Amino acid sequence: MSGDGCVAIASDTRLGQQYQTIAMDVPRMFKMHDRLFLGLTGLYTDTQTLYNLFKFKLSMYKMREGREISPETFANLVSSTLYEKRFGPYFTEPIVVGLDKDNKPYLCGMDLLGALACEPDFVTLGTSTEMLLGACETFYRENMNEDQLFEVVSQTLMMATDRDCLSGWGGVVHIISKEGITTKTIKTRQD
Amino acid sequence: MMDFGTPVLEPGSANGTKQVPQFNPYQDNGGTVASIAGDDYVIVAADTRFTLGYSIPTRKISRVLKINDKVMLGTAGMQADTCALHKVISTRMRMYEHDNNKRMTFNAVSQMLSTVLYYKRFFPYYTFNIVAGLDDKGEGWVCGYDAIGSFEQRKIVCNGAGTKLMQPVFDNQVDWAQSWDGAGKPNLSLEQATDLMKDAFTSAAEREITVGDTLQIYKITKDGIQLEEFELKKD
Amino acid sequence: MESMSERSGGFSFDNVARNHVLEEKGMKMPKAAKTGTTIVGVVYKDGVVLGADTRATSETTVFEKYCEKIHYIAPNIYCCGAGTAADTEHTTAMIASKLELHRLDTGRQSRVTTCLTMLKRHLFQYQGHVSAALVLGGVDLHGPHLYTVYPHGSTDALPFVTMGSGSLAAMAVFESKYKDDMTLEEGKQIVYEAISAGIYNDMGSGGNVNLCVITKDKTEMLKGYAKENMRPWRKSTPYTFPKTEVLTSKIDKPRTDISVVVESEKMEVSAS
Repeated sequence: MSGDGCVAIASDTRLGQQYQTIAMDVPRMFKMHDRLFLGLTGLYTDTQTLYNLFKFKLSMYKMREGREISPETFANLVSSTLYEKRFGPYFTEPIVVGLDKDNKPYLCGMDLLGALACEPDFVTLGTSTEMLLGACETFYRENMNEDQLFEVVSQTLMMATDRDCLSGWGGVVHIISKEGITTKTIKTRQD
Repeated sequence: MMDFGTPVLEPGSANGTKQVPQFNPYQDNGGTVASIAGDDYVIVAADTRFTLGYSIPTRKISRVLKINDKVMLGTAGMQADTCALHKVISTRMRMYEHDNNKRMTFNAVSQMLSTVLYYKRFFPYYTFNIVAGLDDKGEGWVCGYDAIGSFEQRKIVCNGAGTKLMQPVFDNQVDWAQSWDGAGKPNLSLEQATDLMKDAFTSAAEREITVGDTLQIYKITKDGIQLEEFELKKD
Repeated sequence: MESMSERSGGFSFDNVARNHVLEEKGMKMPKAAKTGTTIVGVVYKDGVVLGADTRATSETTVFEKYCEKIHYIAPNIYCCGAGTAADTEHTTAMIASKLELHRLDTGRQSRVTTCLTMLKRHLFQYQGHVSAALVLGGVDLHGPHLYTVYPHGSTDALPFVTMGSGSLAAMAVFESKYKDDMTLEEGKQIVYEAISAGIYNDMGSGGNVNLCVITKDKTEMLKGYAKENMRPWRKSTPYTFPKTEVLTSKIDKPRTDISVVVESEKMEVSAS
């Protein structure tokens, strides 16, 4: 979700196999560089495979170009990588979140085939995507500052995961601004 | 249009290709109903869009039945079953009034609906109901049902197509569900509850394609029932 | 390691067997986003008008409210896409890049039929599994062209065309109001009306009306030609929330001992 000169990404920390909870400390968000995060929902083996793949691709990009990748370029890289496997997709729906060179928030969701959905306000994906959508639609306001953004993001995450038996067990919120990345863990229901 | 389904190949028949026509008696006509109950009021809201597949046969259909001055019934799901159910409930309500020479209370209606729904346990009405009303003391309550009559009495219920999008919002704003100690829990006034209801439906209409057209909000207070209509998106 | 080496292009079928096993074991695949969509095109006196709505859905949930379905192919050719969102996006992007190279090679303007042939060959090759239903429009040395391309690779050439789940609603407008040699204003109006018919009467379509006008000399994208479906209302009073309890909090400052050059230049793509 975007704010004024800042952008937040949040996820729950449950890892489960159907209704069986396996671990409670597994956030699905990865820092790609100082101003860019990648969120990968879905099958955890694909989450790990893709994270490693993109880490490798970004290292190659940085060495070749001598600069960090912009969020928009990265989103297109993710999209192409997913579409390459059009007929045998990774079971994952990624979110790319970051700040561009003018410190403007960039956020972009994708389906498992790599169809980009770049929105100015918020993107939601995963098992509780509909609950998150309803909450975000209601509570999002334009140009929120970091504190307001944190409150809205953490509350929407909690109210959605509380209604989804496949999510929960804690939450992590990252807020990216030009000053740095603020990471907060929030207290949620443990069920 | 009634869906007669595609013929299914039945294994085990002579050459494994016997065709069995399938009949599906149910259809989904969308619709969302929600209700917020307060200390001295209860509001019932339902959108008026009637859907069939990706088309909209009509934009103005009522999903709410007035039982009496204190109790209302809202139904989402299949419209034909909704009509049938409302007719049964109306008839039973009238019989009750004649038998007992008094109006049905909120508790009586909520119990009766459960019985009526469970009576068709193995060929259920494809409906998702809420019963909202004022109890004997004048306090607002609402009951939410599944298709076969299981129900729960609460302060906030929503049922139907937009539930997933709206329920978390109500949990947070009405039940204060994300609070650990309940500190600062607001006691919504009728106006605040109405505004919240409009906002939740407007949000659901943005993201759920079966929600839209008009929102009917019935406000039940000790002075009777008042209807407010609120326009939602038409796309 | 194969995935880490440079690939020559084309689809990869690495995960097919694995996914088959996973699905047999009962894992549910996430649903791909579709563009429920109304897309149309019409030929008028001086060129072509293309139109599209802006809704992308996944089942009955709106995946993207204001997406762009009129894709760039060449400066004189644009293409509206319906069907699976990823397929329309990537198929048109692939054809666009092939035509770009072709233009650099030949130094001539791309022709619409070239694009049409490339599209239908690609789609026919995949036997309808690349589910892109397209409305292709452009103006080249032979004048204005308007085609539809079906997912299996068959094509039509007509003066007015519609595609997507709202195609019947849109076609009703064209059938009743189309006439030959319309002016620009008449062309834009009829496309606007056709898309609106889809937006209001088909639930798979919604949002704004986007137009694209292509003439011999220039191409004009009219994003948000009509914006009748923005969020109509929002509660005026702010929301209050239960207190958010923070367990841990840490701030990661960006490193200042190394300087990072943020991407500033666009890659050179057009011949200068």
